[in-house]
Amino acid sequence: MNRKQRIESQIKEALQPMYLDIVDESYMHSVPPGSESHFKLLVVSDTFADMPLVERHRRVNAMLSEELRAGLHALTMHTWTPEEWQEKGGVPESPPCQGGSKATA
Amino acid sequence: MDVLERIDEQVKGNSVVIYMKGTPQFPQCGFSMRAAAALQECAVPFAYVNVLQDAEIFENLPRYADWPTFPQIYIDGELVGGCDITLELHSSGELKTMMEQAAAKSEAAGG
Repeated sequence: MNRKQRIESQIKEALQPMYLDIVDESYMHSVPPGSESHFKLLVVSDTFADMPLVERHRRVNAMLSEELRAGLHALTMHTWTPEEWQEKGGVPESPPCQGGSKATA
Repeated sequence: MDVLERIDEQVKGNSVVIYMKGTPQFPQCGFSMRAAAALQECAVPFAYVNVLQDAEIFENLPRYADWPTFPQIYIDGELVGGCDITLELHSSGELKTMMEQAAAKSEAAGG
């Protein structure tokens, strides 16, 4: 399984999302092809109801902690309940790279 | 001083602080750039720490508040989140309110 598939199976199992979109955005950054380093998630799940945003993100970060240790460098995510998703009606575009990962390498 | 104590001092000693890659004027990561821009748009003073200039903080900040990525934004001593949460709070107008309240509180406490 590639990283995208592993992320997908972990989130599906833990959060039973009604909608899940996972985009590998590594190509937008200064990393070699196939790095699987930058991902964007949209997770729509009833399990987020009554949970502050920071806790929703913590849960997703925690379930992906192995990936974060093993080269997953950036994770941008939108964690919404079905009602919030309907209200917002979309996900913003991710920003362009500014070169910082080169500086830390 | 222990690095976690140093971080704690920064977090508790500033009403708003962002740990970012680069500076608000010269951000070196797109997510840091967006989060810092959102804070600037609120027109409330905030502190920043460039994690690319401090290897010790870069390595240890993730375990301070159990948050694995940068940027990290703290308001009134509490982790608000990273870029995504900051932008969501900004688009709903809550971010400015939170920053103003934290600034007023720290002023009342004598800076």
